[in-house]
Amino acid sequence: MNKSLVSRLSGQKGWMLLSGFALIALVIVPIFNLSIPEGHPLHLSTYWVSLFGKIMCYAIVALAMDLVWGYTGILSLGHGVFFALGGYAMGMYLMRAIDPDGLPAFMVFLDWQSLPWFWQGTEHFLYALLLIVLAPGLLAFVFGFFAFRSRIKGVYFSIITQAMTLAAMLLFFRNETGFGGNNGFTGFTSILGHSITAPGTRVTLFALTALALIGALLLGRYIVTSKLGRVLMAIRDAESRVMFSGYNPLPYKLFIWTLSAVICAIAGALFVPQVGIINPGEMSPANSIEIAIWVAVGGRGTLVGPLIGAGLISGVKSWFTVSFPEYWLYVLGLIFILVTLYLPRGVVGLAEHLQKRTKTEAKA
Amino acid sequence: MSASALSAQVGGMGSDLTGIERVVTPGKLDTTHGPILYLEDITVSFDGFKALNALTLTIDQGELHCIIGPNGAGKTTMMDVITGKTRPDFGTAFFGQTIDLTKLNEPQIAQAGIGRKFQKPTVFEELTVHENLGLALKTDKSVWASLRFKMTGEQQQKIDETLELIRLQSDAHRRAGALSHGQKQWLEIGMLLMQEPKLLLLDEPAAGMTDEETARSGELFLSLAGRYSLIVVEHDMEFIRQISSKVTVLHEGSVLAAGTLDQVQADDRVIEVYLGR
Amino acid sequence: MFLRSVVLNRRPLSPTLSHEGRGRLGSAGIRSGGFMLRFFSWGSIRPALRLTLVLSGVLLASFTAQAKPDAGQLSALASDDNDRKIGALQQIAASAESDALPILEALQNDALYTVDAKRVLILHENGEATDALTGETLAALPDTAEGVMINNRVRNALTLTLAAIRLSSDNAGMRLAAIETLRNTPEPELLPLLERALLKETDARVKNRIEITRAMIQLQGEDKTVRLRAIRILGETSDPANKQLLEALPVSDAKSSAELRAAAQQAIRDINLRLARGEIMGEVFSGLSLGSILLLAALGLAVTYGLMGVINMAHGELIMIGAYATYVTQMLVRQYAPDWFDWYPLLALPASFLTAALVGILLERLVIRHLYGRPLETLLATWGISLMLIQAVRTIFGAQNVAVENPAWLSGGIEIYSNLILPYNRIAILVFAAFVLFAVVLLLTRSRMGLFVRAVTQNRPMARCMGVATARVDALTFGLGAGIAGLAGCALSQIGNVGPELGQGYIVDSFMVVVLGGVGQIAGTVYAALGLGVLSKFIEGYAGAVLAKIAILLMIIVFIQKRPQGIFALKGRFADA
Repeated sequence: MNKSLVSRLSGQKGWMLLSGFALIALVIVPIFNLSIPEGHPLHLSTYWVSLFGKIMCYAIVALAMDLVWGYTGILSLGHGVFFALGGYAMGMYLMRAIDPDGLPAFMVFLDWQSLPWFWQGTEHFLYALLLIVLAPGLLAFVFGFFAFRSRIKGVYFSIITQAMTLAAMLLFFRNETGFGGNNGFTGFTSILGHSITAPGTRVTLFALTALALIGALLLGRYIVTSKLGRVLMAIRDAESRVMFSGYNPLPYKLFIWTLSAVICAIAGALFVPQVGIINPGEMSPANSIEIAIWVAVGGRGTLVGPLIGAGLISGVKSWFTVSFPEYWLYVLGLIFILVTLYLPRGVVGLAEHLQKRTKTEAKA
Repeated sequence: MSASALSAQVGGMGSDLTGIERVVTPGKLDTTHGPILYLEDITVSFDGFKALNALTLTIDQGELHCIIGPNGAGKTTMMDVITGKTRPDFGTAFFGQTIDLTKLNEPQIAQAGIGRKFQKPTVFEELTVHENLGLALKTDKSVWASLRFKMTGEQQQKIDETLELIRLQSDAHRRAGALSHGQKQWLEIGMLLMQEPKLLLLDEPAAGMTDEETARSGELFLSLAGRYSLIVVEHDMEFIRQISSKVTVLHEGSVLAAGTLDQVQADDRVIEVYLGR
Repeated sequence: MFLRSVVLNRRPLSPTLSHEGRGRLGSAGIRSGGFMLRFFSWGSIRPALRLTLVLSGVLLASFTAQAKPDAGQLSALASDDNDRKIGALQQIAASAESDALPILEALQNDALYTVDAKRVLILHENGEATDALTGETLAALPDTAEGVMINNRVRNALTLTLAAIRLSSDNAGMRLAAIETLRNTPEPELLPLLERALLKETDARVKNRIEITRAMIQLQGEDKTVRLRAIRILGETSDPANKQLLEALPVSDAKSSAELRAAAQQAIRDINLRLARGEIMGEVFSGLSLGSILLLAALGLAVTYGLMGVINMAHGELIMIGAYATYVTQMLVRQYAPDWFDWYPLLALPASFLTAALVGILLERLVIRHLYGRPLETLLATWGISLMLIQAVRTIFGAQNVAVENPAWLSGGIEIYSNLILPYNRIAILVFAAFVLFAVVLLLTRSRMGLFVRAVTQNRPMARCMGVATARVDALTFGLGAGIAGLAGCALSQIGNVGPELGQGYIVDSFMVVVLGGVGQIAGTVYAALGLGVLSKFIEGYAGAVLAKIAILLMIIVFIQKRPQGIFALKGRFADA
């Protein structure tokens, strides 16, 4: 029962996989991208580095979603908002970095004379980092506090998170809100003095994303293997029994909800400099629901599942939207339906099931 | 722990109080002045329908008390009031001398020492039997404590004892969802015991059990009486006859009759309510 | 104020009769010209017939006219001197000679020509020309003919003159348009014309307008009694322009007695009151209108979610399907029975209901039925369905919006105050929503089908034991909810754009309405829909549409947290179910 922390976080095989992943992300990708010249067959183009970076951000989001949905049973249709808020906080810094002394271009366009109060201090990177965590964290905390205190759960909760998402998107679409309206932020030039398009910056961001993913994975593992994780699963399965066992579910839900929002926001903050744009479209309700399907495809209530799901779906998506854009929605819609009907435990569940079956067959 | 030792221990905490001024202190149970549970004039109405109508009931320390009554008599609502799920419109509910139940929520009441078993067995299906018991364990139940929690040998031993009591040793690492109906009932009872409650509310604990399991449950409850106070809601008259000396009949939200099973079974009004005209 | 500006923009200030403008005058006449004309569409009449229709008013009017413009006036019109032209126009206007109409219209359409500044010719569409004085017809314009040019000043005078002449037209719609034009220039010269028109006028609405215009002129006069009467008449209107006139009165005229001033102030107060009332009523009406749309959108959901507990995220797409069914019906009717085009909604309603219901039943049988009792999975699966439906419609009809045309009897509206016009299509939707609500309630409470639905939703195993075919009831109930969504789509197609993403805009709103009203409570749904509609229109008045929407969403979120069961809470042992 009381294993050491190291063995609790991952089995021997797991640690080897993790180290392998870290090796690829932190050593091999940089070498193949930076040191091998373009045109060489082994050269890894910056396009692929960015694409993988993007998918890893999605994987972090899926992991965060899994903590609240897969483990705690709270289906959020608002995680896109937290992701976008993190992205916007990073975007604010990047916009200021274009021209530290002047106003961002869209404010000049709106004929604004000075920075609004919430833009004060965003030229400092550290403050921006703080904003990335605090703004979505605070929103999640306040929203969660009231919702969980009123014991809103199940579909009810999902729907009001969708209402929140819609409200946030509409708010950010307005020019007067002060976040660039329709167009959002784009045209970034530098981050911490380094050119944002330079291969070195790209690879660094990629490596940071990989580290964040590993960090999120270990944190998730630490939480779900603790007693806290078991209480969360207990809340998912029988919340009233949890209450009558003397646990107040409110702080538990609030903790995991806020943590999940913050993880999402960090992913968003890593996402924006790599894709070079953030706009209110990221907050659309459809995006938030898509996160849920990543988790469902991979397998709810497992930590590896969401990573697989996010990678699989966004991989297929990038291929389809380029090759057969008009069929992508059919595919995505079909995935939603088939997974909920036939793969309730996702790809991971399917794999476990097949493994078990081959084992019993081997015995017989 | 014997009943007297227990009451001495818990009573000691409140002995410096005058007894006139009721100080509400969750977690400190004072039963030095009589009953462990005291309901007076409890009224609960839903859209004009009175689920409980001026219900008055006392449960003594260490007593095993059976509640019977036809459907809609208010048995479940009464449990809801005691455990904080439903707030009464009117009336007082005290746990011991000092704890006002109407002011606490469900987890606070559970921590104060009232355990509840649902009619439909409610366990954490995806967790193992062992984990189920571990969660119920009486301990600091804050988020931070849960994150840092490490089980002590003493706690491990307690779980093992309970596993033995509910005869699920060999199933300790099975998923609770895979247990039979009767086993789930037992697991739920085991979880209640892990909470070290002073008062146990059991809603039809023998439902869905085999005859043999029912008989064993009866033995278990009898052995618990004295150490714990128990309120058992049941329909099975044979089971009641086996376990209880005191029976209260509820009808339309208030007490219709009270006494031994034989006494209430002979009561004309009870016969009328149960058999109708 | 906004409503008023819209009204003014809609109303053509100068009903011109240019070649391309004839249709415009026609439609203007129809828009303001009572009910009779509204039942045929101007666009459907052949051009030649249209011309005679327009001209017939003028022709008939000529019986009452005194004389044609004389040679002096004609040469003045044809001269290069703009002042002379205007002088002649004023003379013609004062005598209101309808025989002058062809000449003036020709002048307005740049079809008036002169030969050596003597002869005045009107050029016709067919290339022939008529001598304005003698009526002689020429096969073609002489080579020496020159066009008569007019500047803006003359054009304005011409417009007024035309209006003055048309005031004696036999067509009430044309007279109304004419007086609306004249009202913009309340000059004393118009008085005799107006007096004459008043004597003959039989249409109450036109008469009222003429009186108001006369009062606007008389207000500036000398006679105290006349001015007092004018003030009283203006005080009975609801036009901000009249208010301005009254406000300007005491300052501009030192001779005004205290009595006049008091009367003017009273009149201003009256107008203000009417304007304020119009504004509030306008907001309430548009709120109720929005509410009725929300209600239609949410009613189907109240059945599928409220009664059955199915979280159908494709509900919006069922609405969209209903709208497209209406579009297809409209196209078919236009192609195969163009004479019946105005009655296509009668066909579109059942078509949209059945199409959406059929799709709904299909969804229930194929997908949703396997997910009963798993609401979160249902939510995701139906979201997937909605994506596929959107894409399917894109594949079939294209990604662009399609045009659904209102039947003629649904365009236009009732003018209550000058700043309050109730459009017919909105009124129709209000009535329709009430009708659908009534039908649904009746169906659920009075029919055997409704009994089965309630039985199955309340106690499925028991219903099954009683021999109710629960699976069929499930499918039919879901089909009913989907069909109502289809009806909502049919209604929405009459007031907004129809495109593949039509439904996406309604799904959150509909859920909010159902949740706010209390799940399973049709009465709650009604209150929530209408309440939300009115509330959001009022907030819109202060903060604009986007902020209003955000505010409403936030308010609902807060409200639900305070009262998770909605306005009409279920209590007791069913509360958790």
